Amino acid sequence: MLPEAIEAMTEQLGRVGNASSLHAAGRRVRRVVEEARETIADALGARPSEVVFTSGGTEADNLAVKGLYWARGPRKRILLSSVEHHAALDPAHWLADSQGARVELLDVDESGRLHPDTLRAAIADDPDSVAMVSVMWANNEVGTIQPVHVLAAVAHDHGIPFHTDAVQAVGQLPVSFADSGADALTLSGHKIGGPMGVGALLLARGLTPVSVQHGGGQERDVRSGTLDAPAIAGFATAVRIAVKKQEEHRRRLTELRDELIERVRQAVPGVVLNGDPRHRLPGNAHFSFPGCEGDALLMLLDAKGVECSTGSACSAGVAQPSHVLLAMGAEAASARGSLRFTLGHTSTGDDIDRLIEVLPAAVERARRAGLT
Amino acid sequence: MGLRVLAAMSGGVDSAVAAARIAEAGHDVTGVHLALSANPRSHRTGARGCCTIEDSRDARRAADVIGIPFYIWDMAERFQRDVVEDFVAEYAAGRTPNPCLRCNEKIKFAAVLDRALALGFDAVATGHHARLVDGVLSRSVDHGKDQSYVLGVLTREQLRHAIFPLGDSTKAEVRAEAARRGLTVADKPDSHDICFIADGDTRGFLAERLGSAEGRIVDESGEVVGAHQGAHGFTVGQRKGLRIDRPAADGRPRYVLSIEPVSNTVTVGPRSALEVTSITCGPPVWNGPAPSGDLTVQLRAHGEVYGCRFEESGGELRIELDRPATGVAPGQAAVLYSGPTVIGSATISRAA
Repeated sequence: MLPEAIEAMTEQLGRVGNASSLHAAGRRVRRVVEEARETIADALGARPSEVVFTSGGTEADNLAVKGLYWARGPRKRILLSSVEHHAALDPAHWLADSQGARVELLDVDESGRLHPDTLRAAIADDPDSVAMVSVMWANNEVGTIQPVHVLAAVAHDHGIPFHTDAVQAVGQLPVSFADSGADALTLSGHKIGGPMGVGALLLARGLTPVSVQHGGGQERDVRSGTLDAPAIAGFATAVRIAVKKQEEHRRRLTELRDELIERVRQAVPGVVLNGDPRHRLPGNAHFSFPGCEGDALLMLLDAKGVECSTGSACSAGVAQPSHVLLAMGAEAASARGSLRFTLGHTSTGDDIDRLIEVLPAAVERARRAGLT
Repeated sequence: MGLRVLAAMSGGVDSAVAAARIAEAGHDVTGVHLALSANPRSHRTGARGCCTIEDSRDARRAADVIGIPFYIWDMAERFQRDVVEDFVAEYAAGRTPNPCLRCNEKIKFAAVLDRALALGFDAVATGHHARLVDGVLSRSVDHGKDQSYVLGVLTREQLRHAIFPLGDSTKAEVRAEAARRGLTVADKPDSHDICFIADGDTRGFLAERLGSAEGRIVDESGEVVGAHQGAHGFTVGQRKGLRIDRPAADGRPRYVLSIEPVSNTVTVGPRSALEVTSITCGPPVWNGPAPSGDLTVQLRAHGEVYGCRFEESGGELRIELDRPATGVAPGQAAVLYSGPTVIGSATISRAA
């Protein structure tokens, strides 16, 4: 967490009061929450009334996908890109399995990008039956940035609400809710140096998804539950700083990442960079190492002090080929041989030196161990 | 720094303490949970199984407490092929396999060991109750928990890369040590039975895979005394579940004497007919020191031991017991000991 966010949060931890209470303590806490709301709105081109606090990105995605689907009955079609995060995919699949929704996963190109024509054609099949569209701002695995503004406009041509999961984008890319044209936008605290367990759904005025959790109606009658004022204070501080420093941060990371990509390519002949070479998150470098198992490589690099990630893991922790890479047309074997290197605030050129020092031997060894 | 050791962690108390001990001894230890089921169940029911998500979480929790890196290796395909399908095929051929032994031979100390060596590890450690000193395998000090029998099939080369840190301790000591180390699996029930048959119904498991085919149950004279739904539902020495409605002429209980899969015939007879003293096995694996002193053989897991003599000829091992054994089933391993020390093993092909 950012020191400023820790300070803002800890300052609140010692205070009593419930933001929904009418007494003095409640009013004081309410002021903290409302100022946080204003800070976030200001940083992201939204109005304060458009900020709905949640317990994080997953809850915000669930509220957007399920809530808008329910609010738009009897329309049955949900259109998503095939590379969405599970927090958006799984609520949609659940609606299909249990409530008769028709989920259509829209094809992406080999860089992971959804073309506006693909969305246009899918809607044109039967525009009146589309309940909502959800396309992430930038992909969490391969880093590809989607043309969100254009996609939102395509949905709006038919009056269809458009949601975007911008958890990866905030703080890394310029994000303005108003300019994007999106009707709902997900962000999360811990991805930007804020606390875990807090996030928000930016929700256009006049749009009322059906609640996922019911109760006191604290957040616009759309989301119930006592607000976590200390976490919200830390979250807002993190958003403010992340957005303020975004441009400088992006420039620094882009340079560092391009160096990493170039040097990995030199060190490991045959390596494949996944995702869009230009339209990608500044801190993201995602590779396939032919003939290696990603898990084996990860273990060898971790043992040398280099931390990286493979794709997603199933509930038992067994690595599955990433649905994102498969959607981009990768074979299951090459999808399993993939690793993501993420650069952040603390990353330096020394980290890249260290990686390049240990990577060739690790790849060589992982290749010898082969694919099980 | 000591050795680079891969500790296979099932999620149980033994493998957790084994990993803790080698880490404490100064080796560079990495915990690995082997995912053996393609569709793991989420929770344990009783004492069965090592294929649940809960077990993998228990293993990870233990690794976190010990402070070692932890990974899950997907061995489901190899396990299905080399252990589960082998198990079914052996029953179909009228033999009685031991899947735990096969898992040690083909998975833990083959597929896993090979991969570990390729990735730069020096050895694989497990929580088996057995002693291994300078590559020589012998019984655990806890005779009730001794698992040297299911390791007796390993070759010298496999044993050279194995570490069994628990052989000098009793199970009670291991549990107490787990509690002392703050390993929450200290009270977890012992696993037994066959891990991939979740409900314990081996006959149902086999019937599902091999189908049913009515066959005859005959006595030693060849007279038909009953019918069955598939010879694979029987094991040599079995008494219960024969469903013969006529009592034997002498009124004594009847046991399965042999299974003939081609004609789908099960032969039954009195207990005395089960008694054997001559056992013939396939080619032996010699993995210990040269035989000396009193030689014994063990014929099944946690089974009795018998004094014996043996000779090897023509790719076969012939064992003469010094007193009769019953229920000796083809497919089981005969593990030979010199005192507490394993000297070799072979798979039983017939007995008389």
